[in-house]
Amino acid sequence: MSILVHEKTRILVQGITGDFGARHARLSIDYGSQVVAGVTPGKGGQTFEHNGVKVPIFNTVAEAAKQTGATVSAIFVPPPFAADAILECVEADLDLAVAITEGIPVRDMIRAKRAMLGKRTRLIGPNCPGLVTPGRGDKSHGGCRIGIAPGYIHKRGKVGVVSRSGTLTYEAVWQLTSKGHGQSTCVGIGGDPVNGTSHLDVIKLFNEDPETEAIIMIGEIGGNAEVEAARWIKANCKKPVAGFIAGATAPAGRRMGHAGAVIGGAEDTAEAKIKIFRECGISVAETPSDMADALLRVWRG
Amino acid sequence: MNIHEYQAKQLFEKFGVAVPKGVAVSSVGEFDAAIAQLNTAGGIMVKSQIHAGGRGKGTFTNGFKGGVKFSPTKEKAVENAQAMLGNTLVTAQTGDAGRKVQTIYFTEAANLGKRPDGRDDEYYLAILLDRATSNPVIVASTEGGMEIEHVAHANPEKIFKVHVDPAVGLQAFQARQIAFSLGFTGELFKQCVTLVTKLYQFYWDKDCAMVEVNPLLVTAEGKLLALDAKVSFDDNALFRHPDVVALRDLNEEDAKEIEASKFGLSYIALDGNIACLVNGAGLAMSTMDIIQHFGGSPANFLDVGGGATKDQVTAAFKIILGDPNVKGILVNIFGGIMDCNVIATGIVEAVKETGLQLPLVVRLEGNNVEAGKATLAASGLTIVSGDTMADAAQKIVKLVNNK
Repeated sequence: MSILVHEKTRILVQGITGDFGARHARLSIDYGSQVVAGVTPGKGGQTFEHNGVKVPIFNTVAEAAKQTGATVSAIFVPPPFAADAILECVEADLDLAVAITEGIPVRDMIRAKRAMLGKRTRLIGPNCPGLVTPGRGDKSHGGCRIGIAPGYIHKRGKVGVVSRSGTLTYEAVWQLTSKGHGQSTCVGIGGDPVNGTSHLDVIKLFNEDPETEAIIMIGEIGGNAEVEAARWIKANCKKPVAGFIAGATAPAGRRMGHAGAVIGGAEDTAEAKIKIFRECGISVAETPSDMADALLRVWRG
Repeated sequence: MNIHEYQAKQLFEKFGVAVPKGVAVSSVGEFDAAIAQLNTAGGIMVKSQIHAGGRGKGTFTNGFKGGVKFSPTKEKAVENAQAMLGNTLVTAQTGDAGRKVQTIYFTEAANLGKRPDGRDDEYYLAILLDRATSNPVIVASTEGGMEIEHVAHANPEKIFKVHVDPAVGLQAFQARQIAFSLGFTGELFKQCVTLVTKLYQFYWDKDCAMVEVNPLLVTAEGKLLALDAKVSFDDNALFRHPDVVALRDLNEEDAKEIEASKFGLSYIALDGNIACLVNGAGLAMSTMDIIQHFGGSPANFLDVGGGATKDQVTAAFKIILGDPNVKGILVNIFGGIMDCNVIATGIVEAVKETGLQLPLVVRLEGNNVEAGKATLAASGLTIVSGDTMADAAQKIVKLVNNK
């Protein structure tokens, strides 16, 4: 198995007719993912075509899900409308809404997250690279790619990867793949202060997933999500975990690209988080080049 | 986005939050007219307007002490304001370079109420996002007028928090909880409930990232006033607040950061000597980290984002080279989707266009990386190639430190 998504997951893309959404819908189709529907209000009835694959476009998420059996949405809607797009997935009772959009107002996310309480739809992101469950074909073709990650760097295997950052996730995945170790699922939870799924949520899923044997957790300065996950790992996780925290050199109070990556108090510095990682038995990567090796120090593969 | 104290207080007034009366001016010629609008019987506060805290304890580069001064008379107020305006104020938060004061805010000096123990009757109030719950939180304390971090450390029992459910907004009982927790009764209790309610409305309606009032003051006449105001807004929400955007003061922002934002680059200057150019915020932060890990010192954070066109790379090089401390450059690109050869071509053209003389190490990984490396090698430029982040970081540190 994998977590959250698998090779047969049926995907709809909100914002498929925009440049960004269209580009990544094509890349997901090329990767062999099951892109079965697009949603653009007002363009229902049109078709999105790529390499012989015809994807019907619908006006609403509910209609797209009903007609195509899509259970997961990739959201590429511009920031002012993105929270609305997320809530439309909730209303349609999808399993998963993956919000790639960067720059959603915090207030919109506060309200959306509140509205999702008690609903079955899980949100990944926003401001995230999405998630990939690698396929078993050449260069992991045939997997489920939702979002903007490069598919070909993956390899199907036993390591679960969770991270806030996109390119840093690719870095870890590529190190693993280059060393011959594949991934079960790679999840980018996003760099915003209000997000749908936390490090801990994903770690719990990896812990229960029989295919996942080991975990890489990549974090950043700011907030306490990594600390919360580390303490849970110490108490509950049956699997070896390696960790990395970015931002050791970031000055206090400055926002480093990710809205969440700001040092506020003493507990959310890189130094404090790394110390807690060690206390919780997590193998710490000394540098970003060391992420796969840090895992291989505690896991034979 | 941050705004000045006087702008925050003007917004407070619009939302019905009580503040001392004040007038902001930006030239010496306006001083007298500004002061004439105030009731000066109790004296005048002269307040330097910069986007940094610690103004009262700051020192000007001309030697004048204090960026916030009580002035008993009009004449003294003008004298203090003249010493501040146009001069550079250095505070604990500005760094050594300090900030040039371009606006002076004159306010009526409040008649401070006293507590039984003789201390000024000052409180703390803030509203911000609580990341752990994803809800707004109101933070209040009886210990105003000092750093709230110190209070949190020394007297955590004196900090009160109320979480607001965004589905229904701030409830009246919650505003009462704050007022009770601060020990108010009678008329002051009513004033506090009103002030908290209005302040929350301002925070929510204007998409604030943070609103902080420190101190919140009780005057000798029994009036609750926001004596200072610090407000920052969520950048992502500025599109729906043109009135807030109009308050932006570009003088308070780093010129290079503004220039970078025009090209879709996210740039933050640091004080090291190895510049870096990276795609992705997480990778950019960790590139800074790995430079330091191998004994170097990063000169900046620079995220070129997902695209990294030739124009962006050239603009990034120009911004980097505008920093005289830079002695070498590390480019770290994980070209997942984008073509590494396109990036390599952009780097070569940028090096030629800027006439770069400094050591340059490039680490490319990802899509079409072999062609990209070949382009760099064939350029005839002295570009050192790094295979991994560690390899690249070690190479640039060595090149810079051995010079």
